Amino acid sequence: MTRRIVLSFVVLLGAAWLGACRKKPEPAPAPAPTTVALADNAASQRRADSIAAEAARRRADSIAAEAAHRRADSLANARGGSATDADAQRVQNVLRQNLSQAVYFDYDKDQLRDEAHVILDGKAAILMANAAVTLAITGHTDEQGTAEYNLALGQRRAAQVKRYLVSKGVEEGRLTAQSLGDSQPAVQGTDEASYQQNRRAEFVAGNASGALARPRS
Amino acid sequence: MSLMIIRRALGALLLISAPLVAQDTTRGVRIGLTYDPGARPGVVVLPGKGVGADSIRAIIQRDLDFGDRVSVIELDAGALGEANRAASPNWRVLAKLGAAAAVQVTLTSTGLHLAVYDVPKQTTALIRDYVAPPMSQMRGWRAVLHGLSDDLEESFTGTRGIARTRVLFARANRLWAVDSDGEQMVLVAETGTPLSAAWHPNGTMITYTTLIPSQVVVKDLSSGRERTVAGGSGVFISPVFTPDGSSVVYGHGVDDGVDIYIAPVTGGGGRRLSVGRGSDNVSPSFSPDGRRIAFMSGRAGHPEIYTMDADGTNVDLLTPLEFGENAHRAAPDWSPDGGSVAFHSKIGGTFQIMTISLRDRGLKQLTSDGRNEDASWAPDGRHLTFTSNRSGVKQLWVLDVETSRSRQLTRGAGEARNPAWSPRLSSN
Repeated sequence: MTRRIVLSFVVLLGAAWLGACRKKPEPAPAPAPTTVALADNAASQRRADSIAAEAARRRADSIAAEAAHRRADSLANARGGSATDADAQRVQNVLRQNLSQAVYFDYDKDQLRDEAHVILDGKAAILMANAAVTLAITGHTDEQGTAEYNLALGQRRAAQVKRYLVSKGVEEGRLTAQSLGDSQPAVQGTDEASYQQNRRAEFVAGNASGALARPRS
Repeated sequence: MSLMIIRRALGALLLISAPLVAQDTTRGVRIGLTYDPGARPGVVVLPGKGVGADSIRAIIQRDLDFGDRVSVIELDAGALGEANRAASPNWRVLAKLGAAAAVQVTLTSTGLHLAVYDVPKQTTALIRDYVAPPMSQMRGWRAVLHGLSDDLEESFTGTRGIARTRVLFARANRLWAVDSDGEQMVLVAETGTPLSAAWHPNGTMITYTTLIPSQVVVKDLSSGRERTVAGGSGVFISPVFTPDGSSVVYGHGVDDGVDIYIAPVTGGGGRRLSVGRGSDNVSPSFSPDGRRIAFMSGRAGHPEIYTMDADGTNVDLLTPLEFGENAHRAAPDWSPDGGSVAFHSKIGGTFQIMTISLRDRGLKQLTSDGRNEDASWAPDGRHLTFTSNRSGVKQLWVLDVETSRSRQLTRGAGEARNPAWSPRLSSN
């Protein structure tokens, strides 16, 4: 019972400072090409699909995380440890998960979606609360273009993410943006669902071996 | 197909019927065959004697066939048997077959012995000896034989063949090289996800990028030695040598798009050439005289092909500007004669290889089967290789621009992409 209250509190806290920190998204730096109406519909559909896919993913992730927490709790209780240690561990897991969570992109685009802004705001807050931590950003693409084109596109995606984090107040020197193009797909497959999972920016935190401080609002 | 099967029932095909006048000739003598662009000289490759004869014959026939300039006249089993017993060419039967020339190559203790017969004149037109490694050194031996095929094509048509060339490509995050006939595939680089290889004009060095670490590498193929020409943060893409071989030109970007840079091979850092202002500028390709560079740029909002002077000035849009989300032109490769640029363009939802003439900006579509991209010209300016998924899996294919004949170059597991055709090689 206590676990659920504490967990709900942490989630509410998280939601509260996420809501407080969220600002209007930045305009895309590159000039937008002239679009055709048909393509807009397709793009909207893809966005709707990806929002659904991302929500499903996060639900699955949090269900898995909750199961892991319960296992950790029962272990702690069996060892006679206090509920607070498990809570602290849970907070650390959530923070690290936020730091490493990927963001996804539309086909042939480097613009950040709304969901991506939310996720990046979370990363920015954690980075601001932990001044030593660095973040390596790698941009990836699906396999649909040529290797060279995809390298450049991946770099643009990583650079967009980095630019956004810097605009949130993260020191530029703590962030690196690299591209791996289409060379390391997250999933094999030639359908749109697979392609969507490969069009991403991934994050690896550095200098983060110790306990992470929680962001304040 | 230029391989013609002539008349099944040929009996005593190659028995002696006229005295043979043998003569030694000076090297490089042009055999007096008229080359009519509409027709192709017919050539018979006579069976040689001894060890390796079958391989030799098969390789030469395939080289000449793949060159698309000469018609290889095939001999059936009966004719082959007779030929193996004959001591010298049967001029009458060769003429009946429509052969303008007959070729015979035999293995010697030092390499290969070539004899070329002028059929209408009924004379030996050319005798030449080639030094070659033993057949057990298969790649080196085949290279000499391919060079021999190229000599033959030059004798018959005035244009040197491209049999002694290789194609670099990427597969399974490694770099490979394959001979122009699709044989002798060898691993060239494998660490750090190498990509985008290109040849030095002398054919002995290559340049490519790795992703981990991010860098441009120059590698000597004979010694295996490598050096980093440019590296650091961000991404490095599509390096090529300048036509004089002194520098490498490549795409590089960190936070603000990708621009084209130039760095000397000997080291000393890169200098920016293009001013992309945040757009992507990649895939440089030099005109043969080294004065202009074709490249892909996204500066109009979507990828198109541009040209600029070698110092980065005088940028000019080459492909006709297309509007709409679908427009995508990329991967330019300047033809060896300087007259056109090959590239791929999004057409009908997929990609096709096109050429654009530099004289009148006329466009030609070269492919239509499947998805085709990343064209690379052969040194004869008539063939090109490219990536195609027309067989179901991305492999390299070769196209003869003049006849539209295409053949599959790479086979086997794993997608092959990103090809680069070598110059004519004189050493492997």
